[in-house]
Amino acid sequence: MENSFFHTRKVTIFAAELRKRTSGFVMNNQNFSVFTLLLAVFSLVNINTAKAGGSSDGPFDAKEMIMHHIQDSHDWHVAGDLSIPLPVILYSKEAGFDFFMSSEFHHDDNAEVLAKGTYLKQHGHIYLADEKGELEFDEAGHATNVAPLDFSITRNVASIFITIIILVALFSAVARSYDSNGVARGIGSFLEPLVIFVRDEIAIPNIGEKKYAKFLPYLLTVFFFIWVANLLGLVPFFPGGSNVTGNISVTFVLAIITYLITTVSGNKDYWMHIFWMPGVPVAIRPILAVIELIGTLTKPFALMMRLFANIAAGHILVLALIALIFMFKTYFMSAVSIPFVVFMSMLELLVAALQAYIFTLLSALFIGMAVAEHDHGHEHGHEAHH
Amino acid sequence: MALLTPSIGLIFWTTVSFLILLFLLRKMAWKPILTSVKEREHRITDAVMQAEKARAEMAALSANNERLLNEAREERAIIIKEAKAVGDKLIADAKEKAGVEFNKKVADASREIENQKMAALTEVKNYAGQMALDIAEKVLKKEFSDRNKQERYASELVDDLKLN
Repeated sequence: MENSFFHTRKVTIFAAELRKRTSGFVMNNQNFSVFTLLLAVFSLVNINTAKAGGSSDGPFDAKEMIMHHIQDSHDWHVAGDLSIPLPVILYSKEAGFDFFMSSEFHHDDNAEVLAKGTYLKQHGHIYLADEKGELEFDEAGHATNVAPLDFSITRNVASIFITIIILVALFSAVARSYDSNGVARGIGSFLEPLVIFVRDEIAIPNIGEKKYAKFLPYLLTVFFFIWVANLLGLVPFFPGGSNVTGNISVTFVLAIITYLITTVSGNKDYWMHIFWMPGVPVAIRPILAVIELIGTLTKPFALMMRLFANIAAGHILVLALIALIFMFKTYFMSAVSIPFVVFMSMLELLVAALQAYIFTLLSALFIGMAVAEHDHGHEHGHEAHH
Repeated sequence: MALLTPSIGLIFWTTVSFLILLFLLRKMAWKPILTSVKEREHRITDAVMQAEKARAEMAALSANNERLLNEAREERAIIIKEAKAVGDKLIADAKEKAGVEFNKKVADASREIENQKMAALTEVKNYAGQMALDIAEKVLKKEFSDRNKQERYASELVDDLKLN
């Protein structure tokens, strides 16, 4: 009974993915309405398949489906019953290191596997089984068992690896595309303007002609990493479809790196402006110092939240529109949903580039503030002049 | 909420992956790309500057040519003018010299003529004098052939003398 429920869900998810994928094609096509019509017919087939998969299923849970999609998972669901097993790497004091493939959970969110300890999986989280080999729950229904440190190569980690492979392949090809005159050919002529854009429109204006070169590799990397990861997230089927940049852990790491670079490269002026703001009454300076110190943390926090929220929201919106079809249980709904999904996907294409740009721009701005040379007009200057 | 809870594994792998990506791209992509771009920009700037310089040089050169041509033209005019002056002077000199010579010749000739004329006149005078003397001698000889007449004349002369 439980098995069939999960199977059904997988099929519906597949249908959703299929629709997302087809909507991706429409974006390139001028003949909008014809394709919408075709898609409406197409979705009919899928709903029937979903129904055939298990007519005795419970009510369609849109929230569950959406959350499943935008959260990380231990295996990579491709289509139907096909899932790619990914390595699960666990560490706990009780059981030490453990390594096995996620297929041992039978691609099930609530399953158990026997390794050194007995691992139980609930809602995508892995727990150690207690002495009775079971999970224990508190009143709120959360498992209270010991959770091992989970260093698994999850879907998001695998997506990051794919992003890295794409980026390295793409940009080493660009580096090789230069002829003897230093003119980029082929792919280089397409991507070089973007590199120059980051240099001339983001790095130099915010950091300054003298100091930008040191930070440019980071800015370029973070820009293209976020952009390509965003775009991969928009591709509804393997190897895309995971929600890398809409995951708080990923944006946390990126924001932390910007924060560390800012903090490490901050010069005397920068710290002076934080702890002992020149040009304001001395009594106010300690208060300002507290505010400024909090400000250094809110800046990367805003970076983290902005990217996460924008990308996650985009995914949720697209999935919610798809879910409408299943909630209304009529394929006529796709005539409404699909145009909206197409519209949203186009918007998300813009957002993908925009968020990469904003993250990079703000990183450059913060770095620029940290390394800026102030001509001390306010304090020393005044005393010298009088 | 599960969405807002960071997971340690993903943080770990994202950090490791991103740092590796940063390292790889820096070495394999950004450095060669940015170097190429910078070199190209330098080359373009240099080329533009050189073209500018060449153009300025060309302009200077053609101005120089123009100047040389003008100078040559002026020189030619001067040379022609000078040559003309020299020629004119030569002609004038020759004319003057010829005139002087002619005048001298004319003067010489007239002086000679004068001399000849004078000589001829003297000769004529001498001859006429001689003839007069001869005639006078003959007349006197005939007049004073008798004694009376001589005495009369002498007394006349004496009278004249007394009167004076």
